[in-house]
Amino acid sequence: MRIGVVTFPGSLDDRDAQRAIRLAGAEPVALWHGTHDLQGVDAIVLPGGFSYGDYLRCGAIAARSPIMAEVIDAANSGMPVLGICNGFQILVEAHLLPGGLIRNDHGDFIRRDQRLRVESTDSAWTNGFTAGQEITIPLKNGEGGFIADEPTLDRLEGEGLVAFRYLDVNPNGSLRDIAGLRNERGNVVGLMPHPEHAVEPGFGPNTPAAMRSGVDGLTFFTSVIKQSVLS
Amino acid sequence: MPTIVVEVMPKAELLDPAGKAVAGALHRLGHESIRDVRIGKRFELHVDGEIDAALLETAQQLAADMLSNGVIEDVISVHVSGSAADGVGEGVAGETR
Repeated sequence: MRIGVVTFPGSLDDRDAQRAIRLAGAEPVALWHGTHDLQGVDAIVLPGGFSYGDYLRCGAIAARSPIMAEVIDAANSGMPVLGICNGFQILVEAHLLPGGLIRNDHGDFIRRDQRLRVESTDSAWTNGFTAGQEITIPLKNGEGGFIADEPTLDRLEGEGLVAFRYLDVNPNGSLRDIAGLRNERGNVVGLMPHPEHAVEPGFGPNTPAAMRSGVDGLTFFTSVIKQSVLS
Repeated sequence: MPTIVVEVMPKAELLDPAGKAVAGALHRLGHESIRDVRIGKRFELHVDGEIDAALLETAQQLAADMLSNGVIEDVISVHVSGSAADGVGEGVAGETR
């Protein structure tokens, strides 16, 4: 399976995402924002970072970059697309997921190993988890507060589109503790925390077993590989 | 050069941490009468040629589609720079355009 990772000006975690894809057993393909070429990939990751300096709003300019026309078409045709942190913001700005992301309610950039509850396993990127599973992956953002109006929030809850919820601490004031979403079809998933930073023993979050041994993020990438094999 | 001004503000019901921080600083400086500060954005679109109704309409569209995100922001104004809507003191006090 070939999974593309789009590099925008200001992308920070594109190489980490490529590494995570390789560790999960797929072939990472570097994609460039300024082209219209998806290079025939089977799935796409929009990585974390500060695309175009976030000068307009986080993800707003990236959502209108050349390659996003193809990414939006592919997503609407059912191709798996994962947006991580700035990638989540890009998905929201591209209207592939609802709502908006605003500055953290406490005003500070935050980084921590974040516990999450997996709320939906019915997606290309979460099918390897069990419903209600609690996982720990790193979080680092300054504008991660998820908001939407009440009818939208009620619809997201009612249709089971909340993919992840913050546990223990709500790190940014996200409404209803929402950390990540999936679309109705289940091929598009976006979240603020970073699964690609918890894929390799020695470099992930601490666990009760050993320091830095957490690899909960790997399941995102093995999930999409498993789905591609089965479909 | 003819200029279209677009003003965007965070929605009134949203917390504006940047504005809040500035309000806190003003209070510390003794300006207790300034109860709240909210920080928005002003875009100046410099255009070639005359600004007609069609171009203003285009700017209105851009303001709604790209310059603002309707989930979190309101477009307060789209107008020609120097017009009455551009506020008191426009172009005075050495302001360069």
